[in-house]
Amino acid sequence: MSAIREADIEGLTGVEQYAEVGEFPVERGYIWTTCSSVENGNPLFWDEELAEELTGGPIAPPTMVSVWFRPHHWAPDRTGSALPLQVHFDLKEGLGLPEAVMSDNTIVFYEPVRPGDRLRTSQILRSVSAEKTTKLGTGRFWVIDVEYQNQNGERVAVESYTGFGYVRAADGTTEVSK
Amino acid sequence: MTATTLPTLLQGDVSVGDTLPQLAYPVTATTVVLGALAARDWRPMHHDKDFAIHRNGTRDIFLNTPNQAAWFERFVTDWTGPHGRLQRMTFRMLGSIFPGDTMVFDGTVTETGIDETGCGWVAIDISVSVDGDPKTTCKARVALPTTSDDNPWDRKGDQWRP
Repeated sequence: MSAIREADIEGLTGVEQYAEVGEFPVERGYIWTTCSSVENGNPLFWDEELAEELTGGPIAPPTMVSVWFRPHHWAPDRTGSALPLQVHFDLKEGLGLPEAVMSDNTIVFYEPVRPGDRLRTSQILRSVSAEKTTKLGTGRFWVIDVEYQNQNGERVAVESYTGFGYVRAADGTTEVSK
Repeated sequence: MTATTLPTLLQGDVSVGDTLPQLAYPVTATTVVLGALAARDWRPMHHDKDFAIHRNGTRDIFLNTPNQAAWFERFVTDWTGPHGRLQRMTFRMLGSIFPGDTMVFDGTVTETGIDETGCGWVAIDISVSVDGDPKTTCKARVALPTTSDDNPWDRKGDQWRP
């Protein structure tokens, strides 16, 4: 975890950072709890025979991909772990931009995620804009990709986040600050 | 493998302008807390009302983003059936959804096509709103079978171009 300053941007663009393997394998309890939380009755997640027939066995809902990387609330011998989207926080710190919002994010889905998978993730800075002024304040836009792979090195998903780090305008307010 | 479960929706059945069946859901504190914990999101603004009010300045706890993604997925696959395979989703957060709100999902098909590998797909604009006010929008693209014996889940490697 280190601040990304102006002079670091070029060298870090396109470079994989913060690679880590999830703390636990993909498991069906969370799949069912998630489906239950949104009343998702898709038989792919509830009917073994149908899952075998359509997807060659059980899979996780594709939108759960980030779930497998949220750290336990507590764990023994915890030494501190990188925040999700640590690169976002490194940019805020290094560029001296105290506020930030995520304007949008995209997830692209590749190989299905399956129970038992040990997924790996990494963060890649894609771009940082020149200084811009919006109604929130003056700052920079950046795009960060989060790559996800399974234990066979197959890509399972890529998330792209567009963030705007800024110094608040005199009368600016923001509801969703990250 | 040839599926014996027939698809419920084929790419050729879908036209631009088609709408998805609307989904309305009354959100409770349980909806928010269950969704946050299912997504392993332990941050207090998704379960602690005092924290949400006094630290976030919101009127209550609110639905977290990953759980909203799960709601959008359910909304799409309720329509496509299990053969529907999501390719991509782009989210834009506009406002928060709180207990007591009835969230309403609406979707409209904006584009449909078959890619260079023969994979059928449709693009959908979705919004979840409360009292007609959009809270999150989602542009989704989902692969659909082109024939009754086609299965997008069989695609791998360069045959899958989401």
